[in-house]
Amino acid sequence: MSAGVTGQRWRPPPLIVNPWLRWAIYGGGGLYLALALGTLQVNWGRVAEGLVRGWAFVAAFGNPDFSSRWGEISEGMIESLTMTVVATVVGVAISLPVGLGAARNLAPLPVYLVCRGIIAVSRSFPEIIVAILFVKMFGFGPLAGMVTLAFATIGFMAKLLAEDLEDIDEAQVEAVRAAGASWPQLMVYAVQPQVLPRFIGLSVYRLDINFRESAVIGIVGAGGIGATLNTSFDRYEFGTSAAILLLIIGIVMMAEYSSGIIRKRLQ
Amino acid sequence: MLRIRGLTKTYRGGDRALDGVDLDVPRGQLMALIGPSGAGKSTLIRCVNRLVEPSAGTIAVDGAAVTGLGGGALRAARRRMGMIFQEYALVERLTVMENVLSGRLGYVGFWSSWLRRFPQKDVDAAFRLIERAGLGGMHDKRADQLSGGQRQRVGICRALIQDPALLLVDEPTASLDPKTSRQIMRLLVELCAERQLAAIVNIHDVALAQMFVQRIVGLRAGRIVFDGTPAELTTGMLTEIYGAEDWAATSAAGDDEDDATPQARAIAARLAEEAR
Repeated sequence: MSAGVTGQRWRPPPLIVNPWLRWAIYGGGGLYLALALGTLQVNWGRVAEGLVRGWAFVAAFGNPDFSSRWGEISEGMIESLTMTVVATVVGVAISLPVGLGAARNLAPLPVYLVCRGIIAVSRSFPEIIVAILFVKMFGFGPLAGMVTLAFATIGFMAKLLAEDLEDIDEAQVEAVRAAGASWPQLMVYAVQPQVLPRFIGLSVYRLDINFRESAVIGIVGAGGIGATLNTSFDRYEFGTSAAILLLIIGIVMMAEYSSGIIRKRLQ
Repeated sequence: MLRIRGLTKTYRGGDRALDGVDLDVPRGQLMALIGPSGAGKSTLIRCVNRLVEPSAGTIAVDGAAVTGLGGGALRAARRRMGMIFQEYALVERLTVMENVLSGRLGYVGFWSSWLRRFPQKDVDAAFRLIERAGLGGMHDKRADQLSGGQRQRVGICRALIQDPALLLVDEPTASLDPKTSRQIMRLLVELCAERQLAAIVNIHDVALAQMFVQRIVGLRAGRIVFDGTPAELTTGMLTEIYGAEDWAATSAAGDDEDDATPQARAIAARLAEEAR
């Protein structure tokens, strides 16, 4: 190891230092993968049959049928958009106090625990499960979908808002506090300017997530374009299904593009 | 003006940051607080406006106790104490004007502050201060568009618009270049003199402190170990405060202690002329 030695080989140190343990883990992983693949039972005859039907569906994209069911499609779209906007507004409004309460640096411990609990509950159920529950509660239709999306929005927005709030620059807060500001003044002068642009950006992002989700939860009966899509599948009207999917893709892309512009403008 | 008795602060981990500090600062006096990092300088000034809660001791401003206040009374007491920060601590996404006016938050209600409807006399005062600090015409710039020196000037405006009796200044020049540091110190000195403010300035740059202040207090491990004029701060005293080191290049005290003040004055005067 004396200075001036050339040609000394160097390799980055391995992640797992003990070679026995390292090879045992790699070997075990490989073996498990091989066994897992062995348990897959693929019925190739069934696949061949399904491929034909799948192909019919894909082929329909070459010839989407917007016209024959246009009335139902436009009604479903409007319903979905309404659900999305209302659910986003309601969810974002509720997520504000919850997010504020879930920020450890701003809220006292009991409030923090309650708000983190709300977030955990909201985030631990996938939208589709929640939708099934609310469809049972409120019956089929867009109300159940709206409540589902608002519920999911609360967990998403409150968690991200709380994390942003915990990352704010404390010096700015301290400076405003030193001027004799009250708690609400502290929020609007020292905290809000630090988190507002990202909060608006996230709300717009959530808006387009909610639109996509509205298509999915419609399949379990929560109204909107998903219900229309499901009906078209049931009737094997793949042309109409393709038309609906193309519209969803178009709207999501538009939302994505405009939310990008909005977020850039806000910085 | 400011009267501190037996001020002690023990942090939760058991670190004793301040240990029975007694200190008086009369009206109109600019006092520098020096000492090594961790000596308790920041803790001391943050105890005065209770951003840090003292463990023991009393603090009074103009005879009114600050310790023991809570809620509205504490906020009212904080209005009388302007604070200036090392990293400026401006709200980055607000404009210069909003940052300056945020110094008035203790005086105006929530709705008028939220809607940015401040009393006209506050707005007039803000314009005057911005002009006075050499930032004329920049009132609608966002704080994050300013240079370090400009930001610190905004910080000074924010503290002064509170109409304070006392300024608490935490390392005002630590993030600034030498020339800007002197300009900022000069601005502080002038404004304190104009308004007859008492001020405590935490500062690392001993020579800069000697140049501008009337009194220096040295803090070591939470206790006051020096309290005197800049001229009295000898290399021996610096060793007492900071520990052994060659001080010739750091302090205006240099080798010949008697020359200290005239020498510092001369440098200050020369810089003052350069700036004009």
